[in-house]
Amino acid sequence: MKQSSGTRGLIMNEPLLWEKGKKGRCGISIPKSDVKSSSMDKEFLGDPPDFPDLSEVDVVRHYTRMSQWNFGVDTGMYPLGSCTMKYNPKINEKQAALPGFAGAHPMLPPELSQGTLKLMYDLEKYLCEITGMNAATLQPAAGAHGELTAMLLFHACLKKRGQKRNKILIPDTAHGTNPASASLCGFKSIPAASNEQGVLSPETVATLMDEDTAGIMVTNPNTLGLFEENIKKIAEIVHNKGGLVYCDGANLNAVMGIVKMGSIGIDAIHLNLHKTFSTPHGGGGPGAGPVCVTKELEPFLPVPRAVKKGDAYELKYDYPDTIGRIHAFYGNFGILIRAYSYILSMGKNLKTASQYAVLSANYIKQQLKPVLHLPYDRPCMHECVFTDKFQEPYKITTLDMVKRLMDYGFHPPTIYFPLVVSGAIMIEPTDTESKENIDEFIQAFKNIVKEACETPELLKNAPSITKVRRLDEAAAARKPCLCG
Amino acid sequence: MRYLPHTSEDIAEMLKVAGAADLDDLFSSIPDDCRFKGELNLPEMTEWELNSHMADLASQTAVMPEYKVFIGAGSYNHYIPATIPYLINRSEISTAYTPYQPEISQGTLQTIFEYQTLTARLLGMETANASMYDGASALAEALLMAIRIEKGKKKTVAVSSLVHPMYRKAVETYFTPTDFKIVELPYLADGTTDISGLEKIGDLAAVAVQSPNFFGCIENIKSASDKAHNLNALCVTCFTEPLAFGLIKNPGSQGADIVCGEGQSMGIPQSFGGPGLGMFASLNKYVRSMPGRLIGQTTDLDGKRGFVLTLATREQHIRREKATSNICSNQGLCATMSAMYMASIGQTGIRQLAQINHDKTEYLKSELEKAGMQIPFKRAVFNEFVVKFPQGFETKYKELIKNKIVPGIPLESYYPDLKDHYLLCATETISKSDMDELVKEVKS
Repeated sequence: MKQSSGTRGLIMNEPLLWEKGKKGRCGISIPKSDVKSSSMDKEFLGDPPDFPDLSEVDVVRHYTRMSQWNFGVDTGMYPLGSCTMKYNPKINEKQAALPGFAGAHPMLPPELSQGTLKLMYDLEKYLCEITGMNAATLQPAAGAHGELTAMLLFHACLKKRGQKRNKILIPDTAHGTNPASASLCGFKSIPAASNEQGVLSPETVATLMDEDTAGIMVTNPNTLGLFEENIKKIAEIVHNKGGLVYCDGANLNAVMGIVKMGSIGIDAIHLNLHKTFSTPHGGGGPGAGPVCVTKELEPFLPVPRAVKKGDAYELKYDYPDTIGRIHAFYGNFGILIRAYSYILSMGKNLKTASQYAVLSANYIKQQLKPVLHLPYDRPCMHECVFTDKFQEPYKITTLDMVKRLMDYGFHPPTIYFPLVVSGAIMIEPTDTESKENIDEFIQAFKNIVKEACETPELLKNAPSITKVRRLDEAAAARKPCLCG
Repeated sequence: MRYLPHTSEDIAEMLKVAGAADLDDLFSSIPDDCRFKGELNLPEMTEWELNSHMADLASQTAVMPEYKVFIGAGSYNHYIPATIPYLINRSEISTAYTPYQPEISQGTLQTIFEYQTLTARLLGMETANASMYDGASALAEALLMAIRIEKGKKKTVAVSSLVHPMYRKAVETYFTPTDFKIVELPYLADGTTDISGLEKIGDLAAVAVQSPNFFGCIENIKSASDKAHNLNALCVTCFTEPLAFGLIKNPGSQGADIVCGEGQSMGIPQSFGGPGLGMFASLNKYVRSMPGRLIGQTTDLDGKRGFVLTLATREQHIRREKATSNICSNQGLCATMSAMYMASIGQTGIRQLAQINHDKTEYLKSELEKAGMQIPFKRAVFNEFVVKFPQGFETKYKELIKNKIVPGIPLESYYPDLKDHYLLCATETISKSDMDELVKEVKS
């Protein structure tokens, strides 16, 4: 094997912010005041917050050191299954930083914000073209926020039909946030087991679906990386019983230009712009989770909506059946700009991106199959799921193997998810990793599997070259220290 | 495509290993009648075309300094130090994911631990979470949390009519499918919330008040929290302008149980309303009912200090059906920006800057009053305030816009009884001459 990427550099120690600094320093230029000072009413005057006083150099060095303790997509391969960590094009950052976007006040009169409104209007159209749906809202601020929005739409639609349904079907291969999003809308989650092929059977859905059930929340492709091949039949069963079909579209990266969700019976789908449409996720967010819907659900979409009137764009509030607002303003507009910029850069090549994502996942699946147990040996979509079953005799777990991957210079894949697979290792290479990188990753994993039987202590002690070693998560939860 | 590194040779080799004849063959598990056979109808641009297209769109928005924008109302124009965009664009910060693997995410983890701490100190609370989507969803989640703390036995919340109107709309949306009720509290002639009717509401789980409120007026949080506690309810406070706490008493010291709001003011661009930062804090005893993610301190195998995501048992990926929160993505990068801002400004700086903001507002307010405009609410304000302009001001408003001055927002659509009333804002970015120009134009 050629030399692996993982190595040591000079990693600096850095105290907590308030363990440094000195009273009287300031890292910001305070403007001179050109008006006379006016004292705050004594009744309300308080003490300033107990912030440390730091110089600009202190702050810059602090966060530069923090950054050096992190692994990002720009650092190396990040095959985090179901999270789609593809490369984030830099041109998108340039667009989002344009002063006309970054400095735009959300309550400007429409005649003073035509560009931002046009961007929202067109982005909705593009997302509808990609999903084959009729209308969209850009308001949800994240994927789970999109799930919640879709459930609110279901609730409103059923209410309009005069129905009160209190259950929702959730397959065991759905994303983890689905049940919580449903329960926020008062729906009780009914688990639906997938079959031995790793997908839902129409028979299972037919048995569970009744007149008290609002519908189904299906992740497609699902979290085993498999396309729900019975989706049309399942949608028919749900619709025949008066239910609605929601698709968790977090895995859309596998099927852009290949499947149009509107034509396979989906009533609502959320998209993760921070995944499929390549916007950076900043250590946990922000994201954006637009929801695309059918004509039937359109009247319930959140307000305001960007509409076109003649040659001008405006925000329209007048939708009597709307669920209302789910964000103070219009959603994470800065993220929408990046996704819009990505879509325009790619055009119909979005399909190529999906093809390469799926090609890479199948390539990894075939190459690692001899050394890692593959519970569902079928053609996968953009991710593949292995387990640690072959390593059981050596008492090596999934956790041990992926911790060792860090020493080789890779971010570990998603582990112990989906819950339906014991000791799961979910690998998603995405469309932006080259064959060389993927080969290096495969080789690293093969080496680790070899180490698992020959020198297991290497894995048990891994990672060995990171700034800190395995952290005591149990102690953190038992005696929470959340504030310094 | 430059983001897609695959050469035809790579593709051929990979297809062979994958056992597929061609790229199309990879999708054989998708039934034929589920496949889309056409081509996506999307525009496609080179980088040059994209640059000019985006520049064109961005140029159609009225922004400072070309326009003098006197709007606050939940989104504030404050100076962002050059260090913040510079540091935030370090890709190890911006391109990292949720820190599931703490050994290689200590930068994100320590940064957010520090953010939690600075937020708690700013708000005078014991614990803050790692952020929520925005101020509106944070308030909705805070009220749901209050009901959760009461184990669902009390189902009514009282929300001040001076909470940002859009936040109240979001709360309504979150509450619609539940059997929880919202009672709106009227406001008094001084521009603060009327809490006198609270006793009459049975079943009260929480009282929600915003301070500074939507009119910019500073509320008496102490009396609201005392009254809420007397009625065995929680006091939830929210804010849209956290910079105020550099000058005024923080909500924690006034007895608030849960504090939430929008943190955009501190180092985050306005970006047409998002992404911003939902800040969220509470007392320690409620931490297990708190929505969203938390970072905790711990040690590694060698006893070194380190940080991890913690208390995940409340979260969806473990308990699924029993989860108390569906928050997965949050606003981590925006939380980082505000932490950088709080670190940069420090205790000394925030006091000075808050004072300057207060001074500017008082100047504009008094100059407008001198020019014959009415200031209907005599209460102490921070940053923004309500003005009653002469009847028929709409025409003048349009004229001013033509002259590149945006004199606040009309309040009538949110408060029908406030015809001709406008909400104005002046931060440190507004100069005396900008304000003098506005006053002159309004007078003429």
